Amino acid sequence: MTVRPAPAEAAAPEDAPRSVTAVGAAGRFLFVAAVVLLCAWVIVPIYLMMVNALSSPREVTAFPKSFVPSFDLGSLRFFVTFAGVAKALWNSVLVAALTMLLSLGLGAPAGYALSRFDFPGKELFRLLVVMTRAFPLPLLALPLAVFFIRTGLDDTALGLAIVHTVLAIPFAALITYSLFSGIPLELEEAAWTLGCTRWQAFYKVVLPLVLPGIAASAVFAFIVSWNEVFAAAVLTIQNRTLPAFLVQSLNVSPLHLKFAGGAALVVPALVFIFAVRRYLFAMWGIASR
Amino acid sequence: MRARALPYLLILPAALFLLVFFVYPAVQIGLLAVTGPEGFTLRHLQTMAGHWKFGPALRWTLLLAAVVVPIQLVLALGMASIVTRLKAGRDTVLYLFSIPLGLSDLAAGIIWLAIFEQSGFLNSLLYHLGAIERPVLFLGYQSVGTIFLAVVLAEVWRATAIVMVILVAGMGLIPREYDEAGQVFGANAWQRFTRITLPLLRPSLQSALILRTLNAFEVFAVVVALGGTTLPVLMGETYQWQFTLRDRNVAAAYALVILGISVAATLFYLRALRVPKGATP
Repeated sequence: MTVRPAPAEAAAPEDAPRSVTAVGAAGRFLFVAAVVLLCAWVIVPIYLMMVNALSSPREVTAFPKSFVPSFDLGSLRFFVTFAGVAKALWNSVLVAALTMLLSLGLGAPAGYALSRFDFPGKELFRLLVVMTRAFPLPLLALPLAVFFIRTGLDDTALGLAIVHTVLAIPFAALITYSLFSGIPLELEEAAWTLGCTRWQAFYKVVLPLVLPGIAASAVFAFIVSWNEVFAAAVLTIQNRTLPAFLVQSLNVSPLHLKFAGGAALVVPALVFIFAVRRYLFAMWGIASR
Repeated sequence: MRARALPYLLILPAALFLLVFFVYPAVQIGLLAVTGPEGFTLRHLQTMAGHWKFGPALRWTLLLAAVVVPIQLVLALGMASIVTRLKAGRDTVLYLFSIPLGLSDLAAGIIWLAIFEQSGFLNSLLYHLGAIERPVLFLGYQSVGTIFLAVVLAEVWRATAIVMVILVAGMGLIPREYDEAGQVFGANAWQRFTRITLPLLRPSLQSALILRTLNAFEVFAVVVALGGTTLPVLMGETYQWQFTLRDRNVAAAYALVILGISVAATLFYLRALRVPKGATP
């Protein structure tokens, strides 16, 4: 299977809904009701948290509560100016950016090799990549904490980014593998016969074609790191990322700080997911094989 | 010569990275759990098993997975069937359904905290409906049951999307002729679903169940956000031993338990949902 924008993966739409129309009006109503209900099930909880984030601290703890936000920025202002939050936000962005660079820098060449060459040891490498999926990866933070203290990587953005890269590298390798597999080898061969070196052919012919997909998998790696809680909480003390900061201060922080923090976690993720929505489905479909 | 070395050069960075930061620490977890200054020891495992929170943590984690995963499977099958049947708005619905994919478990915990906390939206709704006079304390120290229920809801809400996406991809691989043949022979929609779609979906079901069950054993931030340490789970105890009690050997022993039940669950699914050779569409 190759990575293509989601619509191409779809069952041909023209004959899909036949069974629905056949069931008649009642069935159709039930079907639409189920769709609406399920969409509400996903969206309403996010909306409710946003109502809290966009209300003043006093309104957050008031009872009974209004179901529409007052658009008071008090909670958010409190959150942004709270000691350590700005730094945590910066650390999150830094670690996620490093994870993105590392996982693609290491994973994409491997993906290219897997798609273009047959060589002894290929299956062994694939096994190594697949094995990471069956392992509770955040637990790697436990022994690595000792290792990092010895090497001076403890409590650094790079140290945490390394653990997050272990999480993201299987995705990066498998996604780029299928991206490159979607580009016919003949295109590269044509460039070779026209005098391109292997590198030139890759750079001028293949890369422009896979760039959108590469960008999407970069965003994917970013989100993996942005969302990770356990390893971040174990490996950072002074340089906490936002999830680590929130989880470590959960039992002492006031409610409005939690909800503003939750919003700060959710909004970038929503924006990123929206940006790569055409690839999201195909990517997860592959990455979870 | 260069051409033969090229694939190895391309793979080398990733392979080295995984060896150093995945294989080596994975082995070390095992070593940490069973060695002390005196060499091989079962002391850490005994400390873990002897602690009063180990039993509850193991039981709650297993119970959580046993409740959450089947609900997610049924819900995801429904969602996937809907998505494959939609004509208009398929992309929009698929996007909306998969939103929780991008959210962290901590965010999911905080989102459901907004609903379940004492001045939260559930209490407000019940008050407006006239069901209660004053807010109920849902997530207090006394109410492990309600916390468990809230965690189940949050987990179902957050992680059903991944199962759905795997199943949608799997349903896309089933040739439509099979379903049409079923129609020709007079099978109704339910019969076609149980006799044609489900059996052919077995490989996807298998990978979705393995992925989800393993993730369910790693539940951590949702529980912390909703119940603090009132509802003990394995990952939370690992964190406590590593961070608060500062005993990384016992933390590694917990990690070994999580690894153990993960391997057991994987083997179980591989056997139970074995795909006969040549039976894939």
